[in-house]
Amino acid sequence: MVENRPWANLFAHTILIIGVALVVFPVYIAIVASTHGPGEFLRGTLPLLPGPHAIDNYTAMWSTGLSRAGAPPAGQMLWNSFVMAMAITIGKLSISLLSAFAIVYFRFRFRMFFFWIIFITLMLPVEVRIIPTFQVVADLKMLNSFAGLSIPLIASATATFLFRQFFMTVPEEMLEAARVDGAGPLKFFKDILMPLSITNIAALFVIMFIYGWNQYLWPLLITTDPDYYTIVMGIQRMTTAADGDPQWHLVMAAVVMAALPPVLVVLFMQRLFVKGLTETEK
Amino acid sequence: MQTKRMTFPGRWLPYALLAPQVIITLIFFIWPAGKAMYQSLLREDAFGLRSTFVGLENFARLFRDGAYLNSLSVTVVFAVGTTLISMSVALLLASTVNRMIRSRSTYTTLLVWPYAIAPAIAGVLWWFIFNPSIGIVPYLLEMVGYNWNHRTSGNDAMLLVILAAAWKQISYNFLFFLAGMQSIPQSLIEAAAIDGASPMKRFWTIVFPLLSPTTFFLMVVNVVYAMFDTFGIIHATTQGGPSQATNILVYKVYADGFIGLNLGSSAAQSVILMIIVILLTVVQFRFIERRVNY
Repeated sequence: MVENRPWANLFAHTILIIGVALVVFPVYIAIVASTHGPGEFLRGTLPLLPGPHAIDNYTAMWSTGLSRAGAPPAGQMLWNSFVMAMAITIGKLSISLLSAFAIVYFRFRFRMFFFWIIFITLMLPVEVRIIPTFQVVADLKMLNSFAGLSIPLIASATATFLFRQFFMTVPEEMLEAARVDGAGPLKFFKDILMPLSITNIAALFVIMFIYGWNQYLWPLLITTDPDYYTIVMGIQRMTTAADGDPQWHLVMAAVVMAALPPVLVVLFMQRLFVKGLTETEK
Repeated sequence: MQTKRMTFPGRWLPYALLAPQVIITLIFFIWPAGKAMYQSLLREDAFGLRSTFVGLENFARLFRDGAYLNSLSVTVVFAVGTTLISMSVALLLASTVNRMIRSRSTYTTLLVWPYAIAPAIAGVLWWFIFNPSIGIVPYLLEMVGYNWNHRTSGNDAMLLVILAAAWKQISYNFLFFLAGMQSIPQSLIEAAAIDGASPMKRFWTIVFPLLSPTTFFLMVVNVVYAMFDTFGIIHATTQGGPSQATNILVYKVYADGFIGLNLGSSAAQSVILMIIVILLTVVQFRFIERRVNY
């Protein structure tokens, strides 16, 4: 900073601490709520300090869940979310790497046409074509399956553009050298391009994992079988039941479990997360 | 569009490489979008047995329909509220963090994680805090004489969903504002400081104008977010109520199509949303291309 004024710094710290406190507050309340027994909620207001029932609530939620509300155990929903998020992430990365490779390293007819087809996906979020997309998935008999949960979401224009941009910066000499040595396109892709893209892949991995994990509308539409519920959408079913019947301590335990994996990914991979975020959006 | 000067020869390989992406796009994006456009021109009876071609009648009906017009204005209020709150809080936090040297990364870490929380989860969290019977905020509000109830008051419900949506988006805006501020040359700010400009004046006359590309970009992104990515917030909290007060367009498409089974109207609404999202994407890209040339 240009000048150093102690009171200004103090003021800045105050603003930031208030800001952080406001940002943390809802999650703090959820964590506190998940550590109390059901009795605390009947009394009217929620205590602001943790209670003694954390282990009971989390184990109950993990292994049995709110089966009365038609929700499977959280452990299983977390697993479903994980499978779905990983399938979406790996799927998006692979098909985007391949298509960016084709677009940058080959000249072929209808290249622009294919590029535009991919580009258009940016403009068609699931939310604006829900019913026909649902019908297509139903016709393909993909309701209540991991394939139905993940495949329709793995087309990715942003990842394709990002890889395309990155491939354009790879020096031309790499390709020349590879061709002089007699490497074919697939060998070049595997032995040179992939290793060079590893940071980009990792950065996008973080963003896409969060995207996949946080899906809500799509699993809500295509899963009617509790075996395929994901945790994020499963929570809504618990809250509708909880509203009449206060099981907030259990619901909040599920909320914390649903939020934890993506938050941990962001915290541990912060550098990659920021890189992935700022580069995909620009 | 460019390729490398030197490319691989290949007749079938490039098509094979593109195939997975293109096939998924065609089956799950282009085909359903086309179908939505076609359905928007039909009127189906409630059992889906017969459908008749009605042209643009579905669209005409929408714009005569009070519920749809209400949903439009609700969406505008929601998008503007969410964007304003999340951007101004993020700007305040980013400009404060930016003056920190040693604690910058600690504060950044503490502020970025809400990005990772699903909108639906954010909705449930705020819903819990504002729960009229056990929530902590209604309890405090009651002390100052305000009787909070988002189950009956449309304004309370709107405020609730705006807060949940804005809360989640602060971290995103914060990161972009911070990146924008860090790319402003320090010498400009030092020169202004030597000329005696106060921190406030420096912010409003130098930093803020230089941030305007970032601000504009974030505005578009936030409007897209509020319009299209907040389905989970609405569905998990107010479900569009009370009496349509939070029934944003995206939620109405779902409610009319899946619950009301009014396919023609829902498809027409989808087409209108597609047009909006296409316009917003074009604006975003135009602007980004321009910025690349700077």
